[in-house]
Amino acid sequence: MPFKSTVGDYQTVATLETFGFLPPMSQDEIYDQIAYIIAQGWSPLVEHVHPSRSMATYWSYWKLPFFGEKDLGVIVSELEACHRAYPDHHVRLVGYDAYTQSQGSCFVVFEAR
Amino acid sequence: MSKKYDAGVKEYRDTYWTPDYIPLDTDLLACFKVTGQEGVPKEEVAAAVAAESSTGTWSTVWSELLTDLEFYKGRCYRIEDVPGDKESFYAFIAYPLDLFEEGSITNVLTSLVGNVFGFKALRHLRLEDIRFPMAFIKTCPGPPNGICVERDRMNKYGRPLLGCTIKPKLGLSGKNYGRVVYECLRGGLDFTKDDENINSQPFQRWQNRFEFVAEAVQLSQEETGEKKGHYLNCTAATPEEMYERAEFAKELGQPIIMHDYITGGFTANTGLSKWCRKNGMLLHIHRAMHAVIDRHPKHGIHFRVLAKCLRLSGGDQLHTGTVVGKLEGDRQTTLGFIDQLRESFVPEDRSRGNFFDQDWGSMPGVFAVASGGIHVWHMPALVAIFGDDSVLQFGGGTHGHPWGSAAGAAANRVALEACVKARNAGREIEKESRDILLEAAKHSPELAIALETWKEIKFEFDTVDKLDVN
Repeated sequence: MPFKSTVGDYQTVATLETFGFLPPMSQDEIYDQIAYIIAQGWSPLVEHVHPSRSMATYWSYWKLPFFGEKDLGVIVSELEACHRAYPDHHVRLVGYDAYTQSQGSCFVVFEAR
Repeated sequence: MSKKYDAGVKEYRDTYWTPDYIPLDTDLLACFKVTGQEGVPKEEVAAAVAAESSTGTWSTVWSELLTDLEFYKGRCYRIEDVPGDKESFYAFIAYPLDLFEEGSITNVLTSLVGNVFGFKALRHLRLEDIRFPMAFIKTCPGPPNGICVERDRMNKYGRPLLGCTIKPKLGLSGKNYGRVVYECLRGGLDFTKDDENINSQPFQRWQNRFEFVAEAVQLSQEETGEKKGHYLNCTAATPEEMYERAEFAKELGQPIIMHDYITGGFTANTGLSKWCRKNGMLLHIHRAMHAVIDRHPKHGIHFRVLAKCLRLSGGDQLHTGTVVGKLEGDRQTTLGFIDQLRESFVPEDRSRGNFFDQDWGSMPGVFAVASGGIHVWHMPALVAIFGDDSVLQFGGGTHGHPWGSAAGAAANRVALEACVKARNAGREIEKESRDILLEAAKHSPELAIALETWKEIKFEFDTVDKLDVN
């Protein structure tokens, strides 16, 4: 009997943790995620790293966490500014939760060029 | 005033039924569902439960007078009807703190669910809930790491973790077993798990399994760029062998081990948990045998008690059922005990089966693990029910994919992330589950095929153990 041709080949992909299996988000979709972070009362934080160190625990902060920032536009422009300053770095957005001392949200917005 | 010795048999209620008693903050409180033999008054049966689970015995004994039993005795302080049930009632019993050894869950259970469960005046007895006083909680080790530390070690944020049990659960050689682990992890899972039945059988000795699994974890991390782990089951016939396995897992640089806390026992579990804290190892807890104890609505121990006991004894992840899969568990009750695993304070709420306020103080939280007969179509409901601090485990729902385990893993990962993204964007993921999954499948042939494969599979049986409500 011939081997079933319906079986596909799954190729391993290198991903960057949460949302790594989804297609890149549109501008509006990124806005939704930022709005969620702000609505939870978490502090937005932008981090970046060279792809060669993407598994490191510490990525570089972009400036400092934006404690208490509630303006969506400010966060978007900080993400873009970080991406412009480090075009060859991954840039991720974190929703930092001071109560649990953890990250309520964390995903890569710009992959390194 | 000293008392006189008066030999003979007294009614339990003369000593152990104290409706005027106001429980102390340091008392350990218990709620039992009691079904007495016909004709025995409720107060007498309830007092007997208090007596037999604390200081009492069937006859008055002279040596009682050598101590002050008023200080040590358990007391039944309240009786309540069970809604919709005429033959049973709830008995609330307060036990003084000094009845229990510090940090020993084994000791608490030996007293509360010991001989009393075989007592002839009872037809059935079920321990529904325990309120552990803060004074006792602070003597217990608790989870070796907790949710925050586990997220930091594994670098997983903003979503439930994703796992799967390796199948077939018995009979694979070490190398073949490692192959299945590798396939799952390269496909996008965070964790794989030893089946609870896997210890060290002739077809696959533990050392051989640990070595192949360690290589699979390492390779998948290198290829995917993400942190991975496999729960190496250290449950063994003796504590010495258990620790030997744990030490070897550490030597191999593995992040997490596993223990079966009911078959292995609370003493073994607490010991292993302390070892995990000392050695920087995460601890996954399986609950084999729990349904023997917790499923009958009138006899045994409710799982919320076993869950509380595990949080005190120690573990970073505990199986809780899935609500929607193949195993028993209704939604409100499950929400009630996953709160007990994760929150720092859980208020009394009968609609979730919690009979007492429970303050956990500074004790770290435990991840709730949902596992058993679940597949991608369940993903939106699972994310809604369990929230982010959970591990969702798909066994058949991973390996059963027509392209194999790696594609099955990828399908689950895509579905999970699509649900989290949609939830964050304010969508009602349970109502819109179909749309969310079908949209995500447009970008993932693996998910499209998984949705097609499991579209008809449901497990819709009524729950055996329901909350007592009218």
